[in-house]
Amino acid sequence: MTFFPEPLSWRSPRVLAPSLFLLCLGLLPAVTAAIGEPFYVTLAARIVIFALAASGLNLVLGYGNLVSFGHALYVGLGAYVVGILSFHGVTSGWAHLAATVALSGLVAWITGLICLRTSGMAFIMITLAFAQMFYFLGVSLKQYGGDDGLQIAVRSDFAPLSIQSNTGLYYLSLALLLATLYLSWRFVHARFGRVLRGAKSNVRRMRVLGFPVLRYQVAAYAVSGIICGVAGLLLANLTRFASPAYMFWTVSGDLIVMVMLGGIATILGPLVGATVYVILETTLAGYTQHWMLILGPIIVLIALLAKRGLYGFLIR
Amino acid sequence: MTEPILRTRGLTKRFGGLVATDALDFEVATGEVHAVIGPNGAGKTTLLNQLIGELAPDAGAVEFDGRDITRLASWRRALLGLSRSYQITSIFPEFTALENVALAAQARDGHSFGAWRPAITEDRLTNPAAAALDEVGLQSKKTRLAAELAHGERRQLEIAMALVSRPKLLLLDEPMAGMGRHESELMVKLLRSLKERYSMLLVEHDMDAVFALADRITVLVYGRAIASGLPQSIRDSGDVKRAYLGEHYAAH
Repeated sequence: MTFFPEPLSWRSPRVLAPSLFLLCLGLLPAVTAAIGEPFYVTLAARIVIFALAASGLNLVLGYGNLVSFGHALYVGLGAYVVGILSFHGVTSGWAHLAATVALSGLVAWITGLICLRTSGMAFIMITLAFAQMFYFLGVSLKQYGGDDGLQIAVRSDFAPLSIQSNTGLYYLSLALLLATLYLSWRFVHARFGRVLRGAKSNVRRMRVLGFPVLRYQVAAYAVSGIICGVAGLLLANLTRFASPAYMFWTVSGDLIVMVMLGGIATILGPLVGATVYVILETTLAGYTQHWMLILGPIIVLIALLAKRGLYGFLIR
Repeated sequence: MTEPILRTRGLTKRFGGLVATDALDFEVATGEVHAVIGPNGAGKTTLLNQLIGELAPDAGAVEFDGRDITRLASWRRALLGLSRSYQITSIFPEFTALENVALAAQARDGHSFGAWRPAITEDRLTNPAAAALDEVGLQSKKTRLAAELAHGERRQLEIAMALVSRPKLLLLDEPMAGMGRHESELMVKLLRSLKERYSMLLVEHDMDAVFALADRITVLVYGRAIASGLPQSIRDSGDVKRAYLGEHYAAH
Protein backbone atom coordinates (compact mmCIF):
# COMPACT_ATOMS: atom_id res chain seq x y z
CA MET A 1 0.00 0.00 0.00
CA THR A 2 1.31 3.41 -0.87
CA PHE A 3 1.38 6.24 1.58
CA PHE A 4 0.07 8.88 -0.80
CA PRO A 5 -3.48 8.44 -2.05
CA GLU A 6 -2.56 10.12 -5.34
CA PRO A 7 0.50 9.57 -7.50
CA LEU A 8 3.08 12.00 -6.12
CA SER A 9 6.82 11.88 -5.83
CA TRP A 10 8.51 12.73 -2.52
CA ARG A 11 10.52 15.28 -4.48
CA SER A 12 7.57 17.17 -5.98
CA PRO A 13 7.00 20.71 -4.66
CA ARG A 14 3.55 19.61 -3.58
CA VAL A 15 5.23 17.33 -1.05
CA LEU A 16 8.40 19.25 -0.25
CA ALA A 17 6.91 22.66 0.54
CA PRO A 18 4.22 21.35 2.91
CA SER A 19 6.72 18.98 4.56
CA LEU A 20 9.03 21.90 5.25
CA PHE A 21 6.16 23.96 6.66
CA LEU A 22 5.04 21.09 8.88
CA LEU A 23 8.61 20.59 10.06
CA CYS A 24 8.69 24.26 11.07
CA LEU A 25 5.46 23.76 13.00
CA GLY A 26 6.97 20.73 14.70
CA LEU A 27 10.10 22.59 15.79
CA LEU A 28 8.31 25.79 16.74
CA PRO A 29 8.10 25.27 20.55
CA ALA A 30 11.82 24.55 20.75
CA VAL A 31 12.63 27.68 18.76
CA THR A 32 10.35 29.94 20.78
CA ALA A 33 11.78 28.54 24.01
CA ALA A 34 15.30 29.26 22.73
CA ILE A 35 14.50 32.86 21.87
CA GLY A 36 12.46 33.32 25.01
CA GLU A 37 9.14 34.20 23.39
CA PRO A 38 6.74 31.59 24.77
CA PHE A 39 3.78 33.68 23.64
CA TYR A 40 4.32 32.36 20.13
CA VAL A 41 3.40 28.83 21.21
CA THR A 42 -0.01 30.09 22.26
CA LEU A 43 -0.37 31.86 18.94
CA ALA A 44 0.71 28.76 17.02
CA ALA A 45 -1.70 26.62 19.01
CA ARG A 46 -4.47 29.00 18.04
CA ILE A 47 -3.45 28.70 14.39
CA VAL A 48 -3.38 24.91 14.53
CA ILE A 49 -6.75 24.73 16.28
CA PHE A 50 -8.42 27.03 13.77
CA ALA A 51 -6.75 25.12 10.94
CA LEU A 52 -8.36 21.97 12.32
CA ALA A 53 -11.80 23.61 12.37
CA ALA A 54 -11.31 25.06 8.89
CA SER A 55 -10.26 21.64 7.57
CA GLY A 56 -13.44 20.18 8.98
CA LEU A 57 -15.48 22.86 7.25
CA ASN A 58 -13.53 22.42 4.02
CA LEU A 59 -14.68 18.80 3.76
CA VAL A 60 -18.25 19.89 3.13
CA LEU A 61 -17.65 23.42 1.86
CA GLY A 62 -14.79 22.63 -0.48
CA TYR A 63 -15.36 19.07 -1.57
CA GLY A 64 -19.14 19.04 -1.35
CA ASN A 65 -19.97 22.65 -2.23
CA LEU A 66 -22.18 22.70 0.85
CA VAL A 67 -21.82 26.27 2.07
CA SER A 68 -22.38 25.91 5.79
CA PHE A 69 -22.55 29.23 7.55
CA GLY A 70 -22.94 27.58 10.92
CA HIS A 71 -19.88 25.51 11.69
CA ALA A 72 -19.07 27.66 14.73
CA LEU A 73 -21.89 25.68 16.33
CA TYR A 74 -19.69 22.59 16.57
CA VAL A 75 -16.68 24.56 17.82
CA GLY A 76 -18.97 25.84 20.56
CA LEU A 77 -20.29 22.37 21.36
CA GLY A 78 -16.74 21.06 21.88
CA ALA A 79 -15.92 24.02 24.09
CA TYR A 80 -19.07 23.62 26.19
CA VAL A 81 -18.47 19.89 26.64
CA VAL A 82 -15.13 20.72 28.28
CA GLY A 83 -16.62 23.62 30.23
CA ILE A 84 -19.68 21.82 31.55
CA LEU A 85 -18.02 18.48 32.29
CA SER A 86 -15.15 20.23 34.09
CA PHE A 87 -17.67 22.33 36.03
CA HIS A 88 -19.18 19.07 37.30
CA GLY A 89 -15.80 17.63 38.19
CA VAL A 90 -15.26 15.40 35.17
CA THR A 91 -11.73 16.33 34.16
CA SER A 92 -10.75 13.32 32.03
CA GLY A 93 -9.79 14.54 28.58
CA TRP A 94 -10.71 11.20 27.06
CA ALA A 95 -14.23 11.58 28.47
CA HIS A 96 -14.32 15.12 27.07
CA LEU A 97 -13.19 13.83 23.70
CA ALA A 98 -15.73 10.99 23.64
CA ALA A 99 -18.55 13.35 24.64
CA THR A 100 -17.47 15.92 22.07
CA VAL A 101 -17.36 13.39 19.25
CA ALA A 102 -20.73 11.94 20.24
CA LEU A 103 -22.49 15.26 20.76
CA SER A 104 -21.14 17.16 17.75
CA GLY A 105 -21.63 14.11 15.54
CA LEU A 106 -25.21 13.70 16.71
CA VAL A 107 -26.10 17.39 16.36
CA ALA A 108 -24.44 17.58 12.93
CA TRP A 109 -26.20 14.42 11.81
CA ILE A 110 -29.64 15.65 12.90
CA THR A 111 -29.26 19.22 11.63
CA GLY A 112 -27.59 17.88 8.48
CA LEU A 113 -30.62 15.70 7.77
CA ILE A 114 -32.75 18.84 7.86
CA CYS A 115 -30.39 21.34 6.18
CA LEU A 116 -29.35 19.04 3.36
CA ARG A 117 -32.88 18.76 2.07
CA THR A 118 -32.35 22.30 0.86
CA SER A 119 -29.56 23.76 -1.22
CA GLY A 120 -28.04 27.10 -2.18
CA MET A 121 -29.21 30.12 -0.23
CA ALA A 122 -31.71 28.16 1.86
CA PHE A 123 -28.93 25.84 3.02
CA ILE A 124 -26.76 28.79 4.06
CA MET A 125 -29.65 30.33 5.99
CA ILE A 126 -30.68 27.14 7.79
CA THR A 127 -27.15 26.32 8.89
CA LEU A 128 -26.83 29.89 10.16
CA ALA A 129 -30.16 29.61 11.98
CA PHE A 130 -29.14 26.41 13.77
CA ALA A 131 -25.86 27.96 14.90
CA GLN A 132 -27.62 31.05 16.21
CA MET A 133 -30.15 28.87 18.05
CA PHE A 134 -27.31 27.18 19.90
CA TYR A 135 -25.66 30.54 20.51
CA PHE A 136 -28.75 31.76 22.32
CA LEU A 137 -29.05 28.44 24.09
CA GLY A 138 -25.52 29.08 25.44
CA VAL A 139 -26.53 32.60 26.48
CA SER A 140 -29.56 31.24 28.31
CA LEU A 141 -27.57 28.71 30.36
CA LYS A 142 -27.31 30.94 33.43
CA GLN A 143 -25.87 28.20 35.64
CA TYR A 144 -22.99 27.92 33.18
CA GLY A 145 -22.22 31.61 33.00
CA GLY A 146 -24.83 32.64 30.44
CA ASP A 147 -23.60 35.54 28.39
CA ASP A 148 -20.24 35.72 30.18
CA GLY A 149 -19.31 32.12 29.49
CA LEU A 150 -17.68 29.60 31.73
CA GLN A 151 -14.18 29.59 33.22
CA ILE A 152 -12.33 26.27 33.05
CA ALA A 153 -10.20 25.84 36.16
CA VAL A 154 -7.97 23.00 34.96
CA ARG A 155 -7.28 21.78 31.44
CA SER A 156 -8.55 18.36 30.35
CA ASP A 157 -6.54 15.47 31.73
CA PHE A 158 -5.35 13.35 28.82
CA ALA A 159 -3.31 10.93 30.96
CA PRO A 160 -0.78 9.61 30.11
CA LEU A 161 -0.36 12.70 27.93
CA SER A 162 -0.42 16.13 29.46
CA ILE A 163 -1.68 19.37 27.97
CA GLN A 164 -1.24 21.42 31.15
CA SER A 165 1.63 23.24 29.46
CA ASN A 166 1.01 25.25 26.31
CA THR A 167 3.59 23.16 24.52
CA GLY A 168 1.78 19.94 25.43
CA LEU A 169 -1.50 21.36 24.20
CA TYR A 170 0.20 22.58 21.04
CA TYR A 171 1.61 19.17 20.24
CA LEU A 172 -1.69 17.40 20.87
CA SER A 173 -3.44 19.89 18.58
CA LEU A 174 -0.77 19.50 15.92
CA ALA A 175 -0.98 15.71 16.07
CA LEU A 176 -4.77 15.84 15.69
CA LEU A 177 -4.46 18.30 12.82
CA LEU A 178 -1.91 16.17 10.96
CA ALA A 179 -4.03 13.05 11.44
CA THR A 180 -7.09 14.92 10.18
CA LEU A 181 -5.28 16.30 7.15
CA TYR A 182 -3.90 12.91 6.18
CA LEU A 183 -7.24 11.16 6.67
CA SER A 184 -9.01 13.91 4.71
CA TRP A 185 -6.54 13.43 1.90
CA ARG A 186 -7.32 9.73 1.80
CA PHE A 187 -11.05 10.41 2.15
CA VAL A 188 -11.12 12.78 -0.81
CA HIS A 189 -9.59 10.21 -3.15
CA ALA A 190 -11.54 7.24 -1.81
CA ARG A 191 -15.04 6.19 -2.80
CA PHE A 192 -16.70 8.42 -0.23
CA GLY A 193 -14.86 11.56 -1.36
CA ARG A 194 -15.53 10.73 -4.98
CA VAL A 195 -19.27 10.57 -4.27
CA LEU A 196 -19.12 13.90 -2.45
CA ARG A 197 -17.17 15.53 -5.30
CA GLY A 198 -19.55 14.00 -7.83
CA ALA A 199 -22.53 15.48 -6.00
CA LYS A 200 -20.79 18.86 -5.98
CA SER A 201 -20.37 18.65 -9.73
CA ASN A 202 -23.73 17.21 -10.80
CA VAL A 203 -26.10 16.10 -8.06
CA ARG A 204 -28.94 15.17 -10.38
CA ARG A 205 -26.72 12.85 -12.36
CA MET A 206 -25.52 11.21 -9.16
CA ARG A 207 -29.07 10.25 -8.23
CA VAL A 208 -29.81 8.85 -11.65
CA LEU A 209 -26.58 6.84 -11.48
CA GLY A 210 -28.01 5.20 -8.36
CA PHE A 211 -26.44 7.10 -5.45
CA PRO A 212 -28.56 7.97 -2.41
CA VAL A 213 -26.76 11.31 -2.32
CA LEU A 214 -28.35 12.66 0.86
CA ARG A 215 -26.95 9.76 2.91
CA TYR A 216 -23.38 10.52 1.91
CA GLN A 217 -23.78 14.25 2.36
CA VAL A 218 -25.24 13.82 5.84
CA ALA A 219 -22.42 11.47 6.82
CA ALA A 220 -19.80 13.91 5.52
CA TYR A 221 -21.56 16.73 7.34
CA ALA A 222 -21.43 14.76 10.59
CA VAL A 223 -17.71 14.03 10.14
CA SER A 224 -17.10 17.68 9.44
CA GLY A 225 -19.05 18.64 12.57
CA ILE A 226 -17.01 16.21 14.68
CA ILE A 227 -13.73 17.72 13.47
CA CYS A 228 -14.95 21.19 14.40
CA GLY A 229 -16.15 19.86 17.75
CA VAL A 230 -12.68 18.54 18.52
CA ALA A 231 -11.24 21.92 17.52
CA GLY A 232 -13.65 23.49 20.01
CA LEU A 233 -12.46 21.13 22.74
CA LEU A 234 -8.87 22.22 22.09
CA LEU A 235 -9.81 25.89 21.89
CA ALA A 236 -11.56 25.77 25.26
CA ASN A 237 -8.45 24.18 26.73
CA LEU A 238 -6.24 26.84 25.19
CA THR A 239 -8.31 29.74 26.50
CA ARG A 240 -9.57 27.92 29.63
CA PHE A 241 -12.89 29.33 28.71
CA ALA A 242 -16.13 28.25 27.07
CA SER A 243 -18.33 31.02 25.81
CA PRO A 244 -21.38 31.50 23.61
CA ALA A 245 -19.15 33.83 21.57
CA TYR A 246 -17.48 30.73 20.09
CA MET A 247 -20.80 29.93 18.42
CA PHE A 248 -21.52 33.44 17.16
CA TRP A 249 -22.08 33.71 13.43
CA THR A 250 -18.93 35.76 12.89
CA VAL A 251 -16.87 32.73 13.92
CA SER A 252 -18.60 30.70 11.18
CA GLY A 253 -17.69 33.54 8.82
CA ASP A 254 -14.05 33.50 9.98
CA LEU A 255 -13.85 29.78 9.22
CA ILE A 256 -15.23 30.31 5.71
CA VAL A 257 -12.72 33.13 5.14
CA MET A 258 -9.85 30.90 6.28
CA VAL A 259 -10.88 28.18 3.84
CA MET A 260 -11.29 30.63 0.95
CA LEU A 261 -8.11 32.51 1.78
CA GLY A 262 -5.96 29.39 2.01
CA GLY A 263 -7.51 27.50 -0.88
CA ILE A 264 -10.93 25.89 -1.06
CA ALA A 265 -11.02 22.18 -1.86
CA THR A 266 -7.33 21.71 -1.20
CA ILE A 267 -6.12 19.61 1.71
CA LEU A 268 -3.60 22.13 3.03
CA GLY A 269 -5.49 25.28 2.08
CA PRO A 270 -7.30 25.57 5.43
CA LEU A 271 -3.97 25.36 7.29
CA VAL A 272 -2.47 28.09 5.11
CA GLY A 273 -5.62 30.18 5.48
CA ALA A 274 -5.78 29.81 9.25
CA THR A 275 -2.08 30.69 9.54
CA VAL A 276 -2.38 33.85 7.51
CA TYR A 277 -5.69 34.86 9.08
CA VAL A 278 -4.64 34.42 12.70
CA ILE A 279 -1.26 36.10 12.15
CA LEU A 280 -2.80 39.06 10.33
CA GLU A 281 -5.51 39.35 12.96
CA THR A 282 -2.95 39.35 15.78
CA THR A 283 -0.46 41.74 14.18
CA LEU A 284 -3.01 44.18 12.81
CA ALA A 285 -4.95 44.23 16.07
CA GLY A 286 -1.70 45.45 17.66
CA TYR A 287 -1.77 48.57 15.52
CA THR A 288 -5.43 49.45 15.44
CA GLN A 289 -8.70 48.15 16.76
CA HIS A 290 -10.15 48.68 13.29
CA TRP A 291 -7.92 45.91 11.91
CA MET A 292 -10.76 44.55 9.78
CA LEU A 293 -10.35 47.70 7.65
CA ILE A 294 -6.95 46.41 6.58
CA LEU A 295 -7.71 42.68 6.58
CA GLY A 296 -10.80 43.20 4.41
CA PRO A 297 -8.99 44.53 1.33
CA ILE A 298 -6.29 41.85 1.70
CA ILE A 299 -8.97 39.17 1.56
CA VAL A 300 -10.57 40.82 -1.46
CA LEU A 301 -7.21 40.94 -3.25
CA ILE A 302 -6.46 37.30 -2.61
CA ALA A 303 -9.96 36.26 -3.63
CA LEU A 304 -9.58 38.16 -6.90
CA LEU A 305 -6.02 37.09 -7.71
CA ALA A 306 -5.92 33.48 -6.63
CA LYS A 307 -8.90 31.34 -7.51
CA ARG A 308 -7.75 28.51 -5.32
CA GLY A 309 -6.48 30.76 -2.56
CA LEU A 310 -2.94 31.17 -1.37
CA TYR A 311 -2.16 27.47 -1.46
CA GLY A 312 -3.34 27.18 -5.04
CA PHE A 313 -1.34 30.31 -5.88
CA LEU A 314 1.90 29.07 -4.29
CA ILE A 315 1.73 25.46 -5.41
CA ARG A 316 0.13 24.64 -8.71
CA MET B 1 -44.08 -11.67 -27.27
CA THR B 2 -42.14 -11.74 -23.99
CA GLU B 3 -43.12 -9.74 -20.92
CA PRO B 4 -42.49 -6.03 -21.44
CA ILE B 5 -39.50 -4.70 -19.51
CA LEU B 6 -41.29 -1.39 -19.04
CA ARG B 7 -44.94 -0.47 -19.06
CA THR B 8 -46.90 2.67 -18.22
CA ARG B 9 -50.59 2.66 -17.47
CA GLY B 10 -52.64 5.84 -17.73
CA LEU B 11 -49.55 7.95 -17.07
CA THR B 12 -50.54 11.60 -16.76
CA LYS B 13 -48.55 14.75 -16.08
CA ARG B 14 -49.91 18.29 -16.19
CA PHE B 15 -48.02 21.56 -16.01
CA GLY B 16 -50.74 24.05 -15.16
CA GLY B 17 -53.19 23.85 -18.04
CA LEU B 18 -50.78 21.99 -20.28
CA VAL B 19 -51.10 18.22 -20.43
CA ALA B 20 -47.58 16.96 -21.11
CA THR B 21 -48.39 13.29 -20.70
CA ASP B 22 -51.98 12.36 -21.43
CA ALA B 23 -53.16 9.05 -19.94
CA LEU B 24 -50.35 7.29 -21.75
CA ASP B 25 -50.32 3.49 -22.08
CA PHE B 26 -46.98 2.52 -23.41
CA GLU B 27 -44.60 -0.39 -23.26
CA VAL B 28 -41.11 -1.46 -24.21
CA ALA B 29 -40.74 -5.19 -24.91
CA THR B 30 -37.73 -7.00 -23.52
CA GLY B 31 -34.90 -6.90 -26.03
CA GLU B 32 -36.40 -4.35 -28.40
CA VAL B 33 -35.30 -0.89 -29.39
CA HIS B 34 -38.39 1.22 -29.03
CA ALA B 35 -38.13 4.70 -30.50
CA VAL B 36 -40.34 7.54 -29.36
CA ILE B 37 -40.62 10.35 -31.87
CA GLY B 38 -42.73 13.46 -32.01
CA PRO B 39 -42.53 17.18 -32.59
CA ASN B 40 -40.96 19.55 -30.06
CA GLY B 41 -43.14 19.85 -26.98
CA ALA B 42 -44.73 16.45 -27.52
CA GLY B 43 -43.72 15.43 -24.00
CA LYS B 44 -40.88 13.06 -24.82
CA THR B 45 -38.43 14.29 -22.23
CA THR B 46 -41.23 14.69 -19.70
CA LEU B 47 -42.01 11.01 -20.26
CA LEU B 48 -38.38 10.02 -19.67
CA ASN B 49 -38.22 12.14 -16.54
CA GLN B 50 -41.21 10.27 -15.13
CA LEU B 51 -39.75 6.91 -16.07
CA ILE B 52 -36.46 7.61 -14.29
CA GLY B 53 -38.18 9.25 -11.31
CA GLU B 54 -37.00 12.83 -11.62
CA LEU B 55 -40.60 13.95 -12.07
CA ALA B 56 -43.62 12.54 -10.24
CA PRO B 57 -46.63 11.76 -12.43
CA ASP B 58 -50.03 13.19 -11.45
CA ALA B 59 -51.75 9.91 -12.20
CA GLY B 60 -51.06 6.48 -13.59
CA ALA B 61 -48.34 3.95 -12.95
CA VAL B 62 -44.93 2.88 -14.19
CA GLU B 63 -43.93 -0.79 -14.08
CA PHE B 64 -40.39 -1.91 -14.61
CA ASP B 65 -39.32 -5.54 -14.83
CA GLY B 66 -42.67 -6.64 -13.39
CA ARG B 67 -42.54 -4.24 -10.47
CA ASP B 68 -44.46 -1.05 -9.75
CA ILE B 69 -41.85 1.72 -9.49
CA THR B 70 -44.19 4.73 -9.68
CA ARG B 71 -43.21 6.02 -6.24
CA LEU B 72 -39.60 4.87 -6.19
CA ALA B 73 -36.74 7.39 -5.83
CA SER B 74 -34.60 7.69 -8.93
CA TRP B 75 -31.50 6.22 -7.30
CA ARG B 76 -33.47 3.10 -6.40
CA ARG B 77 -34.72 2.77 -9.97
CA ALA B 78 -31.14 3.04 -11.17
CA LEU B 79 -30.16 0.16 -8.91
CA LEU B 80 -32.99 -1.95 -10.37
CA GLY B 81 -31.38 -1.63 -13.79
CA LEU B 82 -32.77 1.53 -15.35
CA SER B 83 -30.14 3.73 -16.94
CA ARG B 84 -30.53 7.04 -18.68
CA SER B 85 -28.55 9.42 -20.83
CA TYR B 86 -29.41 13.08 -21.20
CA GLN B 87 -30.26 15.28 -24.14
CA ILE B 88 -27.94 17.94 -22.79
CA THR B 89 -24.81 16.03 -21.91
CA SER B 90 -24.72 15.36 -18.19
CA ILE B 91 -21.31 14.23 -17.06
CA PHE B 92 -18.74 15.20 -14.43
CA PRO B 93 -16.52 17.72 -16.23
CA GLU B 94 -13.75 17.87 -13.62
CA PHE B 95 -13.35 14.07 -13.56
CA THR B 96 -11.39 12.12 -16.14
CA ALA B 97 -13.30 10.02 -18.67
CA LEU B 98 -12.27 6.90 -16.78
CA GLU B 99 -13.38 8.35 -13.46
CA ASN B 100 -16.76 9.31 -14.89
CA VAL B 101 -17.44 5.72 -15.85
CA ALA B 102 -15.84 4.30 -12.70
CA LEU B 103 -18.20 6.49 -10.67
CA ALA B 104 -21.13 4.99 -12.55
CA ALA B 105 -19.76 1.52 -11.76
CA GLN B 106 -19.34 2.48 -8.11
CA ALA B 107 -23.05 3.23 -7.80
CA ARG B 108 -23.88 -0.47 -8.27
CA ASP B 109 -21.02 -1.87 -6.26
CA GLY B 110 -22.23 -1.78 -2.68
CA HIS B 111 -21.93 1.20 -0.37
CA SER B 112 -19.51 4.05 -0.98
CA PHE B 113 -18.50 4.94 2.56
CA GLY B 114 -14.95 3.71 1.95
CA ALA B 115 -12.66 6.52 3.04
CA TRP B 116 -9.20 4.97 2.92
CA ARG B 117 -8.42 3.24 -0.33
CA PRO B 118 -8.01 5.50 -3.38
CA ALA B 119 -10.98 4.67 -5.60
CA ILE B 120 -8.89 4.87 -8.74
CA THR B 121 -6.85 1.85 -7.57
CA GLU B 122 -9.94 -0.33 -7.20
CA ASP B 123 -9.78 -2.73 -10.13
CA ARG B 124 -13.38 -3.80 -9.64
CA LEU B 125 -14.43 -0.27 -10.59
CA THR B 126 -11.66 0.72 -12.97
CA ASN B 127 -11.60 -2.47 -15.07
CA PRO B 128 -15.27 -2.46 -16.06
CA ALA B 129 -15.00 1.29 -16.63
CA ALA B 130 -12.08 0.81 -18.99
CA ALA B 131 -13.97 -1.97 -20.79
CA ALA B 132 -17.01 0.28 -21.24
CA LEU B 133 -14.81 3.04 -22.66
CA ASP B 134 -13.34 0.51 -25.10
CA GLU B 135 -16.85 -0.51 -26.07
CA VAL B 136 -17.84 3.03 -27.05
CA GLY B 137 -14.51 3.80 -28.72
CA LEU B 138 -13.01 6.13 -26.14
CA GLN B 139 -10.11 3.89 -25.13
CA SER B 140 -7.55 6.54 -26.09
CA LYS B 141 -9.21 9.25 -23.95
CA LYS B 142 -9.29 7.53 -20.56
CA THR B 143 -7.12 10.02 -18.72
CA ARG B 144 -8.58 13.10 -20.38
CA LEU B 145 -10.77 15.36 -18.29
CA ALA B 146 -14.37 15.05 -19.44
CA ALA B 147 -14.44 18.84 -19.83
CA GLU B 148 -11.78 18.56 -22.54
CA LEU B 149 -13.68 16.02 -24.65
CA ALA B 150 -15.33 17.01 -27.92
CA HIS B 151 -19.11 17.09 -28.03
CA GLY B 152 -19.45 13.74 -29.77
CA GLU B 153 -17.01 12.16 -27.35
CA ARG B 154 -18.99 13.37 -24.38
CA ARG B 155 -22.06 11.67 -25.80
CA GLN B 156 -20.06 8.47 -26.18
CA LEU B 157 -18.94 8.91 -22.59
CA GLU B 158 -22.56 9.12 -21.49
CA ILE B 159 -23.28 5.86 -23.23
CA ALA B 160 -20.29 4.26 -21.50
CA MET B 161 -21.61 5.47 -18.14
CA ALA B 162 -24.97 3.89 -18.93
CA LEU B 163 -23.40 0.64 -20.12
CA VAL B 164 -21.02 0.00 -17.25
CA SER B 165 -23.89 -0.89 -14.95
CA ARG B 166 -25.18 -3.55 -17.37
CA PRO B 167 -28.68 -2.05 -17.23
CA LYS B 168 -31.85 -3.91 -18.15
CA LEU B 169 -33.16 -0.90 -20.01
CA LEU B 170 -31.36 2.08 -21.51
CA LEU B 171 -33.29 5.33 -21.75
CA LEU B 172 -31.59 7.43 -24.40
CA ASP B 173 -32.65 11.05 -24.70
CA GLU B 174 -31.60 12.28 -28.15
CA PRO B 175 -28.16 10.68 -28.26
CA MET B 176 -27.50 12.31 -31.67
CA ALA B 177 -28.45 15.83 -30.56
CA GLY B 178 -25.98 18.44 -31.79
CA MET B 179 -23.88 15.91 -33.66
CA GLY B 180 -22.46 16.26 -37.12
CA ARG B 181 -23.26 13.74 -39.81
CA HIS B 182 -20.12 11.69 -39.28
CA GLU B 183 -20.50 11.62 -35.49
CA SER B 184 -24.15 10.59 -35.86
CA GLU B 185 -23.19 7.70 -38.08
CA LEU B 186 -20.66 6.52 -35.52
CA MET B 187 -23.27 6.75 -32.77
CA VAL B 188 -25.79 4.76 -34.82
CA LYS B 189 -23.13 2.13 -35.40
CA LEU B 190 -22.38 2.03 -31.69
CA LEU B 191 -26.03 1.73 -30.67
CA ARG B 192 -26.60 -0.93 -33.30
CA SER B 193 -23.76 -2.96 -31.83
CA LEU B 194 -25.43 -2.73 -28.41
CA LYS B 195 -28.85 -3.70 -29.73
CA GLU B 196 -28.42 -7.42 -29.21
CA ARG B 197 -27.68 -7.03 -25.54
CA TYR B 198 -29.89 -4.23 -24.27
CA SER B 199 -33.49 -3.14 -24.37
CA MET B 200 -33.58 0.52 -25.31
CA LEU B 201 -36.03 3.35 -25.29
CA LEU B 202 -34.75 5.85 -27.80
CA VAL B 203 -36.03 9.41 -28.01
CA GLU B 204 -34.61 10.94 -31.16
CA HIS B 205 -35.23 13.58 -33.79
CA ASP B 206 -32.80 12.21 -36.34
CA MET B 207 -35.13 10.07 -38.49
CA ASP B 208 -32.32 8.29 -40.31
CA ALA B 209 -31.06 7.11 -36.94
CA VAL B 210 -34.53 6.11 -35.77
CA PHE B 211 -35.26 4.03 -38.85
CA ALA B 212 -31.81 2.48 -38.70
CA LEU B 213 -32.21 1.35 -35.10
CA ALA B 214 -35.82 0.97 -34.03
CA ASP B 215 -37.75 -2.28 -33.86
CA ARG B 216 -40.85 -0.36 -32.99
CA ILE B 217 -41.81 3.30 -33.09
CA THR B 218 -44.33 5.26 -31.08
CA VAL B 219 -45.35 8.71 -32.26
CA LEU B 220 -46.09 11.11 -29.43
CA VAL B 221 -48.08 14.29 -30.04
CA TYR B 222 -49.29 16.46 -27.13
CA GLY B 223 -48.56 13.67 -24.69
CA ARG B 224 -50.63 11.08 -26.56
CA ALA B 225 -49.43 8.14 -28.60
CA ILE B 226 -51.07 8.80 -31.98
CA ALA B 227 -49.46 5.78 -33.58
CA SER B 228 -47.35 2.83 -32.57
CA GLY B 229 -46.00 0.03 -34.68
CA LEU B 230 -43.25 -1.32 -36.91
CA PRO B 231 -41.04 1.29 -38.60
CA GLN B 232 -42.50 0.46 -42.00
CA SER B 233 -46.07 1.04 -40.92
CA ILE B 234 -45.13 4.31 -39.22
CA ARG B 235 -43.32 5.43 -42.35
CA ASP B 236 -46.38 4.63 -44.42
CA SER B 237 -48.96 6.16 -42.12
CA GLY B 238 -50.50 9.30 -43.57
CA ASP B 239 -51.33 10.74 -40.15
CA VAL B 240 -47.81 10.43 -38.97
CA LYS B 241 -46.44 12.03 -42.09
CA ARG B 242 -48.70 14.99 -41.69
CA ALA B 243 -48.16 15.32 -37.96
CA TYR B 244 -44.49 14.93 -37.93
CA LEU B 245 -42.29 13.37 -40.53
CA GLY B 246 -42.63 16.20 -43.04
CA GLU B 247 -42.14 16.43 -46.75
CA HIS B 248 -38.84 14.62 -46.93
CA TYR B 249 -40.26 11.33 -45.72
CA ALA B 250 -43.69 11.89 -47.23
CA ALA B 251 -42.03 11.87 -50.64
CA HIS B 252 -40.58 8.38 -50.17
